[in-house]
This record gives sequence, C-alpha cells and structure tokens, in this order.
Amino acid sequence: MSIDFDKALGVHADTLKLRAERTRILASNIANENTPGYQARDVDFAASLREAVAGQGGAVGNDAAELRYRVPNQASADGNTVELGVEQAAFSQNASDFQTSLSFINMKLKGLARVIEGQ
Amino acid sequence: MSFRSIAQIAGAAMTAQSLRLNTVASNLANAQTAAPSEDKTYHARKPVFATYYQGSADGQPAAAGVRVLDVVQSSEPVRKVYEPGNPQANEDGMVFYPNVNSVAEMTDMMEASRAFETNVEVLGRVKGMQQALLRMGES
Repeated sequence: MSIDFDKALGVHADTLKLRAERTRILASNIANENTPGYQARDVDFAASLREAVAGQGGAVGNDAAELRYRVPNQASADGNTVELGVEQAAFSQNASDFQTSLSFINMKLKGLARVIEGQ
Repeated sequence: MSFRSIAQIAGAAMTAQSLRLNTVASNLANAQTAAPSEDKTYHARKPVFATYYQGSADGQPAAAGVRVLDVVQSSEPVRKVYEPGNPQANEDGMVFYPNVNSVAEMTDMMEASRAFETNVEVLGRVKGMQQALLRMGES
C-alpha cells in the first residue's frame, strides 16, 4: 500500500500551479501599464482548472487559448486596456489565493506526516 | 518556471520607467536653456514603450515584458522670446527656449515613479510567494 501524493493533495496542487501562472500574466499587465496599444489579458481560471482536473495531472495553463482579453471599464485613447486599480486588486487577490492553496497543501502534508508517524 | 520570468518582467518595467524618469529629469533640467536658433534649442524628449512577448519552452502562455523602443523628440513649437541683452541672442535679438511643458513633465514624473513603485511591490509579493512555496511542508 503506497500513498499517491497526486490524489492525496487533490485539486490544490493544480490550483497552486495555475495561481503562479496567473501571477505571471497579471505581472505582465502591470508592467505594460504605459505601453500604447497593449491589451490586458487574464487567465480563464475556472476553465483552466476544469481542464487540469479532467486531464488528471496534465500541465495547467499550457494553452495560450485559455487567455482572455480584459474588457476595460473605460477605453483610453492610446488603445491600452490596462487599468492599474483592477490589475492591482486582481494581483493582490491572486496572491492571497495562492497562499490559501499553499495552506491547504501544508495541512494535507501535515496530516500525511501524522499518519506516517502513527500518532 | 513562472517566478523567474515574473522577476524579468518586473525588472524590464522598472528599467523602462527609470528611463522615463531620466528623460523627465533631462527635460526639466533644460527647461530654461536658451539657444540662438531653433535647431540648436533643446527639444523635450519622450520614451516610446513597446511590448515584447517572452515565448516559453513548455508551451505556457507568453508573458509580456516592456522595453523602450525609442526616445522621440517633441514636435511642438519652441518658445521664441525677444531678449536683446541675452548673450545667446541672435542678430534680431531673439532667443529660443525649449518646448518643455513643466506641468506635463511633473505629472509624467509622478506617474513614472508610481509605476516604478507598483513593479517593486509586484516583485516583493512574488518573493513572498516563492519563499512560502519553499517552506512548504515545513511547519
């Protein structure tokens, strides 16, 4: 009888990877805040996660088609659709969600450690 | 790995914004530099930003960095002033002052420094995430 870590950690491992990926995309948006013509992008999180879970252990966010363009609240004259407030809020929320997933994984690992030690 | 490229993206953005601050500093420093002809007058400079996409080997969506494409000079007319006492004056007693708009430069400076700070903040948050990841399973 062996422990399957993929099964033990559940969806959280995939979530963590997807969160890290999303951080990259949001950082790109923030970096291009002043670039004329740049269109802000974001990951379709629900669809990506559904695909990752269905794929069972396959790479998450490995398809550029999962990226969506953000619809700006107000269009700007230079064609840039980055709204700093929106991006900062999304980045902050995403970082917190990353920590949440990490906490879940830590709890699972702690539980496994207890089982192994037989406490 | 995503975190490494985030550091590159934020670093590229900080480089671009500091170059923008550099041009603002040049513009403000030369705002009152008189010249005897229009050609020799300092013209306000402005960087042009462009996006570049970092293709990744493992087929992940491309991250978008930013780079400075060029530094262009403002085409607005320069200020022409009659100052016969100025040593820089031409034979008609006219001197030319740069087309630097101080108010616009100041707002540009604030925007650039805020954008710089935002990217520093991004880097700090990402560092925290990465360190938390390294401590996984420890506590």
